[in-house]
Amino acid sequence: MKDYQYNWDVIWRSVDDLLYGLWLDVYMAFFSVLAGSVIGLVVAFALVSKQGFIRRIAQIYVTMIRNIPLMIIVLFIYFGLPDVGLVFGEIQSFVFALTIYAGAYIAEVFRGGLVAMPKGLTEAGLALGMSSAKVNVFIKIPLLIRSVMPALSNNYISLFKDASIAAVIAIPELTFQTRRINLETFKTIEAWSSATVIYVITCFFIAFLLRRVEKRVAVPK
Amino acid sequence: MMNLNTGFWHELWISIDDLAIGTGIALTVSILAIIMGTILGVLIGLALTYGNFVLRTVARVYVDVIRGIPVLVLILTFFYVLTIWGINLKPFQAGVLSLGVFSAAHVAEMTRGGLQNIHKGQNEASMALGLSFPQTFISVLMPQALRQILPTWINTVIETVKGSTLVSIIGVVEITLVTQQIIARNFLTMKFYAVCALIYFCIGFSIERAGKYIEKKIAIK
Repeated sequence: MKDYQYNWDVIWRSVDDLLYGLWLDVYMAFFSVLAGSVIGLVVAFALVSKQGFIRRIAQIYVTMIRNIPLMIIVLFIYFGLPDVGLVFGEIQSFVFALTIYAGAYIAEVFRGGLVAMPKGLTEAGLALGMSSAKVNVFIKIPLLIRSVMPALSNNYISLFKDASIAAVIAIPELTFQTRRINLETFKTIEAWSSATVIYVITCFFIAFLLRRVEKRVAVPK
Repeated sequence: MMNLNTGFWHELWISIDDLAIGTGIALTVSILAIIMGTILGVLIGLALTYGNFVLRTVARVYVDVIRGIPVLVLILTFFYVLTIWGINLKPFQAGVLSLGVFSAAHVAEMTRGGLQNIHKGQNEASMALGLSFPQTFISVLMPQALRQILPTWINTVIETVKGSTLVSIIGVVEITLVTQQIIARNFLTMKFYAVCALIYFCIGFSIERAGKYIEKKIAIK
């Protein structure tokens, strides 16, 4: 410690790189979460489906993905799939991996919401002469999204943090940039404390935005 | 001339020792991290629930900051930053420490939730019976809180095992790094990442099942 010279200049010099990295994280997480939510919604309906076969497939998807680390999924898609001729770019691979991963977690959240939904709603819809597809689209889904929003936003935040794993396939996102600064300048404390501050502030900001959304869409009691 | 491309099953057979050792190391890292995380986490959770203002604030900052940064950043921070302060951790130690710190934040939050969910009347009843706080805690609050925490705790255990893949980045030779070494030898990229995923799946799935079993065993009928 006695030989360590603080030099915050190295951070100021690379602040553009760090912010670009943060932007990449947000960008990748945003698209994965969006696509993952759609997958999650479809899979959640499959999870509560009356048809055993569909239910089984959905269960296998959710259990498999939830028990495999994201990093392995990323490595499998980026390095493994070219073996069978499927080649994606870094960012595409990562967004693809994070989407599949997000889908499984979000499906569980939606499933919980579907199970908790009062049966009377469906029955009322059917009694009004709506088809069951219409009941799903106009009654269940809007209510579902509103009621699971708090659980959903927790998942969204942790998926944003998971975007840091993109560093393992050399996507220049925040963690990757920080590590590069660390290895190029040896200003270890400056580099990692900046990354920590940026991540914490971003998470708080995302949480703040999602809380506002939650409040707006919450089902009044 | 020797045939170098000997096929997947042969390659799997000769790498089985390495994979087993890797699995052992991944499990050791995870188990140590979970033990550390649980002990530390419960203490922090107690501080969050019963601590005075200062203690509570410190605990809150710890939990929020750790939950606000990705595990990967945590691992790299511990690995690089502690060296500056003259603490030279081996990759294995840095991995255990960072994963322990990570799971402690999650355990703390669920401990707080579990304890605060217990009805206040029970505290008052124990006080009326003349129990001291430690007595109340051990024989009234803790058994109830534990039951409530268990499902979430199992989730944290699975997350920690999955997080242990990331310590391969700082050079701990666990399943992921072993797999990468094997792939560097035989180029069967997709197949060996699938093997790696399968190992993680088996570990995660067993933990999940064991958790469900214990949950059923200790449920109040």
